[in-house]
Amino acid sequence: MMTNPGNKVTQGQFSFLPDLTDAQITAQIKYALNNNWAIGIEYTDDPHPRNTYWEMYGNPMFDLKDPAGILMEINSCRKTFPNHYIRVTAFDSTRGVESPTMSYIVNRPKVEPGFGLVRQEAEGRNIRYTVHSYATDKPEGERYGK
Amino acid sequence: MAKAEAGGTMKEGKDRYKAGVLPYKNMGYWEPNYDIKETDVLAMFRLTPQAGVDPEEAAAAVAGESSTATWTVVWTDRLTACELYRAKAYRVDLVPNTGPGTKNEAQYFAYIAYDLDLFEGGSIANLTASIIGNVFGFKAVKALRLEDMRIPVAYLKTFQGPATGVVVERERLDKFGRPLLGATTKPKLGLSGRNYGRVVYEGLKGGLDFMKDDENINSQSFMHWRDRFLYCMDAVNKASAATGEVKGHYLNVTAGTMEEMYRRAEFAKQLGSVIIMIDLVIGYTAIQSMALWARQNDMILHLHRAGNSTYSRQKNHGMSFRVICKWMRMAGVDHIHAGTVVGKLEGDPLMIRGYYDTLLDTHTPMNLEKGLFFEQDWASLNKVMPVASGGIHAGQMHQLLTYLGDDVVLQFGGGTIGHPQGIQAGAVANRVALEAMVMARNEGRDIWNEGPQILQDAAKWCGPLKAALDTWKDITFNYDSTDTPDFVPTTTASA
Repeated sequence: MMTNPGNKVTQGQFSFLPDLTDAQITAQIKYALNNNWAIGIEYTDDPHPRNTYWEMYGNPMFDLKDPAGILMEINSCRKTFPNHYIRVTAFDSTRGVESPTMSYIVNRPKVEPGFGLVRQEAEGRNIRYTVHSYATDKPEGERYGK
Repeated sequence: MAKAEAGGTMKEGKDRYKAGVLPYKNMGYWEPNYDIKETDVLAMFRLTPQAGVDPEEAAAAVAGESSTATWTVVWTDRLTACELYRAKAYRVDLVPNTGPGTKNEAQYFAYIAYDLDLFEGGSIANLTASIIGNVFGFKAVKALRLEDMRIPVAYLKTFQGPATGVVVERERLDKFGRPLLGATTKPKLGLSGRNYGRVVYEGLKGGLDFMKDDENINSQSFMHWRDRFLYCMDAVNKASAATGEVKGHYLNVTAGTMEEMYRRAEFAKQLGSVIIMIDLVIGYTAIQSMALWARQNDMILHLHRAGNSTYSRQKNHGMSFRVICKWMRMAGVDHIHAGTVVGKLEGDPLMIRGYYDTLLDTHTPMNLEKGLFFEQDWASLNKVMPVASGGIHAGQMHQLLTYLGDDVVLQFGGGTIGHPQGIQAGAVANRVALEAMVMARNEGRDIWNEGPQILQDAAKWCGPLKAALDTWKDITFNYDSTDTPDFVPTTTASA
């Protein structure tokens, strides 16, 4: 049985569930704020698994404690970049963590071409693998069509 | 044993060192007024003395025989600063619900302090040879169990600690906010390299984060290790491209010699694996060496606790698993199997919470209910990711998340591979169940009680999850635990 026929990129906490509604996103924002985590919004058109640094849609919002305000920022990002991947990340600054503690995708391009696996035969039976993002065959800004 | 004289420790001098046999209590190993130093290593043993043996004398004997004593007075002690090197038993408590008036023979908790100078820095082998190397066969003690230890910050700072740790592991995998998912390839033994890689690909493609070699898959006639590594890494990379996620397979590098282990680890690194695994049975020294290698080569190090149940299950004799957790955090592993509570292997919920806290806390407070007998400051050693593996399935997701939290790897071997619609479907079922449960928990729902309904709701749109719930809904492993807490909260009368 083959799963994921649409090549959906399944990064983040909730990618196996149906796309989050605004109400569900608000609930997740509230959870992060109750834990005193700062929320940041990022977007990219190159979802390669080793592409750590997506573009920041502003700095993490350390001082914004209102879930509705944060949701407004998220929707503003979606309006500006409707065909990019957008994720919401929560940052925990307590000692022993000092790292992201939540991360989930809130926007995807309509069509996700996914990745190809490039195999380069090396010595013996070794193969060097490269995960190649089909989207990056086109320059930035032209990757997911109008 | 010699009868203890009144008056406790004998003063240093000619009488103390006259040839002959003295009780340990008089030789300096029983010090009830001892002032514990910040830098002392502390150990707590559960002691069952032989009939007629005074418990304080037995505790002093354990202290003596795990430090400088032998069964008779020796003059050569006087060539040393012997008072420093003697371990001091400073406290003996009757274990609740044992002894006169109960159905159980008397057991005692014996607390012993060891000076820091007794130990070599950065050596688990030395720490263990000192504490457990001699005393367990002692005739005067009918049974003995090392329950817990307090490691001073001064000693912790001589160890590397986990090569990667929970925070860096999550950053490398780019996975936050939920438990990680894994599975062991099944059957345990017999698959060829190519067939083995098939199982790995299916599990990872379907949605698991990790797949895993089992503890006894090393390099046997049915599958040489190099073939396994080559096929597994093809599967890992294919699954990574299919999902856009970082994936891994714990390649087991356990072998008969250190040299062979290094060879296997180097090959894993060359193939681009993010993680390797070792078994506890390779020994403490080998584990430390592999942890050093792992850090130098950016590799996550998984430890399978193979063999620990030979000595950790019975309350009266052996060593508690929480001590292994402490030693392994110091030695430097990044993952350790630590129990599931609801699965097929031994595990009382409070005891297991104690193990998890020991692995994950930056500072663990004393908590007798969870079997944590000492406060433990972890001196900024990295955190070890606990691994829950053994007889768990998607239908238990609400219990697993409640008992074990987010920082855990949940491994569903049979629960993935045994799925009626195939391995990918099994993986999808587990991943959907997990994400739905995490989302519900974050929303503030009572997942302990609503869990089954949350799973049923997800099963409405996820066929594989529905099939998983139908197949395994009645499976539970309800047996009495053999290792349970001695301290349970008692209600106190209100003022």
